[in-house]
Amino acid sequence: MQPAAVATPFFFYMLSGLTLLSGVLVITRKNPVHSALALILGLLAQAGLYLMLYAPFVAGVQIILYAGGIMVLFLFVIMLVNIERSQKEEQFNRQWVVGIVAAAALGVLFVLVYIKGHDLFPPHSFVPPENSNTQQVGVMLYGQYLFAFEIASLLLLVAIIGAVVMAKKRI
Amino acid sequence: MVPITTLHYLVTAAALFVLGVIGVLTRRNVVIVLMSIELILNAVNLNLVAFSRIWGLHGQIFAIFVITDAAAEAAVGLGILIAFFRNKETVNVDEVDLLKW
Amino acid sequence: MLDYITSYLGMNTTPGQAGNIFWAVVYILVVFGGVSVAVMAMNWLERKALAHFQIRLGPMRVGPHGLLQPIADALKLFTKEDIIPDQADKFVFWIAPLIILCASFTVYIVVPFGPTHAITDLNIGILFMLGVSSLSVLGVVMAGWASNSHYPLIGALRSSAQMVSYEVAMGMAVVSAILMTSLHGLGAYGVAAHSTGTGTLSMIGIVQAQQEQQVWFLFKFFPLGLIAFVIFAVAMVAETNRAPFDLPEAESELTAGFHTEYSGLRWSLFMLGEYAAMIAVSSIAVTLWMGGWLRPFPNTLTGDTWDLVFALLPGAIFVALATIAFVGVARMPKHPYFRIQTLGLAGFGVVLGLIGVVLFLPPVRDRIQDIFWFIAKVGVFMYLYIWYRATWPRYRFDQLMKVGWKVLLPIGIGVLILTAILGVLL
Repeated sequence: MQPAAVATPFFFYMLSGLTLLSGVLVITRKNPVHSALALILGLLAQAGLYLMLYAPFVAGVQIILYAGGIMVLFLFVIMLVNIERSQKEEQFNRQWVVGIVAAAALGVLFVLVYIKGHDLFPPHSFVPPENSNTQQVGVMLYGQYLFAFEIASLLLLVAIIGAVVMAKKRI
Repeated sequence: MVPITTLHYLVTAAALFVLGVIGVLTRRNVVIVLMSIELILNAVNLNLVAFSRIWGLHGQIFAIFVITDAAAEAAVGLGILIAFFRNKETVNVDEVDLLKW
Repeated sequence: MLDYITSYLGMNTTPGQAGNIFWAVVYILVVFGGVSVAVMAMNWLERKALAHFQIRLGPMRVGPHGLLQPIADALKLFTKEDIIPDQADKFVFWIAPLIILCASFTVYIVVPFGPTHAITDLNIGILFMLGVSSLSVLGVVMAGWASNSHYPLIGALRSSAQMVSYEVAMGMAVVSAILMTSLHGLGAYGVAAHSTGTGTLSMIGIVQAQQEQQVWFLFKFFPLGLIAFVIFAVAMVAETNRAPFDLPEAESELTAGFHTEYSGLRWSLFMLGEYAAMIAVSSIAVTLWMGGWLRPFPNTLTGDTWDLVFALLPGAIFVALATIAFVGVARMPKHPYFRIQTLGLAGFGVVLGLIGVVLFLPPVRDRIQDIFWFIAKVGVFMYLYIWYRATWPRYRFDQLMKVGWKVLLPIGIGVLILTAILGVLL
């Protein structure tokens, strides 16, 4: 078999299996640091999935921002609020049955949508050239989506100020 | 082997989304609830980028904006958590009941 | 088999781009081994150079002039007892050095030693390098937290805060260098007639842009390239927790910071990761500003004679090193106690001389040029690291954060804006 035909299913199943495994680990671990580590693994596997979808810029942004920025923030806060007592208590709340039923209903909804709407989208009709992905994303981001870009930067400014104000001891 | 189509990515994203929803609805630890919200956002991103392979780069741009917003929301959420933790010394969601009757 | 190897020598892309798994694995092994040897050599050089800066001799006993000292250190660290603190989280304690090691070594996938001498050439090369090197912050945080002791915890918090702050300044400097890849000095903005005209994030593309524009980005839009380079040089020293920004791991301050509780092999993994990260960020600086694998003065000193002079330089340097080794042999004490060391140093000199002679031969000479110049430039940066450590006092932590956020970041943003304006105007 040609290497490319075997490689794509192998990598897809490995990466999506890692992502789903890390998702399961995130929601079941007692220790929040272990959950954070599992989430980092999931984010990196998802960056691999983005690479398979011909989106190298989004993969790079995911690694830098999500795995290298947001998860560091999470780990800091876990270290600040980590109390041993909370790991020995009950981990799942009283409504866990209803929660799982609701999530299962959501999952059934997704399955129905995908079964009934299967023919709505063609498998792959647009293969973007991989070597100019960043340039095209840049052109669109600063051309068509310039307003959204500026609003996003304003949003980040508001978030920075809000987080600093809320975490201060005395305002 | 079945060639990998967009549907495979969408099913992965849906499964990740359901896992995130289970995490949000069933866990008591606030930090793990916030991490489950990040799982949900990642599932949405995967969906967007999977569809952008068919219909142009708009999905990837939207995914970049979602990642940016996730960063902002995580920062604010964790700030709220720290502020509350300083008050009540707990990280369980069902003990956040100061305004309860 | 032999013609498979000789057919490789005519390849014009990196193995990763060609999809050639065999040569990619060979490259990975060579780079991995090379970096490990470089880390050991760096360890020796640091001890000897620091000692000579402080008018003492450094390790002299283990091999001739301490050349076998890194091997002795490695043996000692391998055989030390592995102590894990009592209440430490064993899984996180185990995985923290591995994360730092993997993050530091994964970066080498895109480091370009030559136009086709890289493991692969990703289109997002520089983005990948910045992202993966920012994953080592996670390892630092986890190492400090898992040690269950307050010195490592404070050290980890300080170290990771420092690394995150200087990553932002690094990013600004890198973006202004990337901007220069598409700004041809005297042409329309972004539009060029060359094939690599539009700006590129790939490492090989950046060096090729410098080759086309016949200018190292260090000197482009003078002094903007120089300021961006200085910002990156300062930020990269802070990013790798080296002097003068080594408060989190200095011995007199925090008893070795986040790796206090690590002993033996685990500590050596930290050290390996730190030195590998140093070499990695130095190679980013060399690629972005100092012309990567290009030889000095490609535009002024042209012509066949100058090409020959620069081609003979690697061999000449190795022969000079061999001569220094033989001078050292002549100066060794004549006591029979030192006979083995004298023989060892003479053997080392002979090996260096043989390498120099091999590098004089024309077929090797033409192929080794790119790799030699790249490694020479990175070696200059390594020596600068040691020089900084020997001469400059340490920053206090609040001064460190002030420099990162209030000095480097505004200057970086200013350089970026001015580069863009100059690129449009010129």
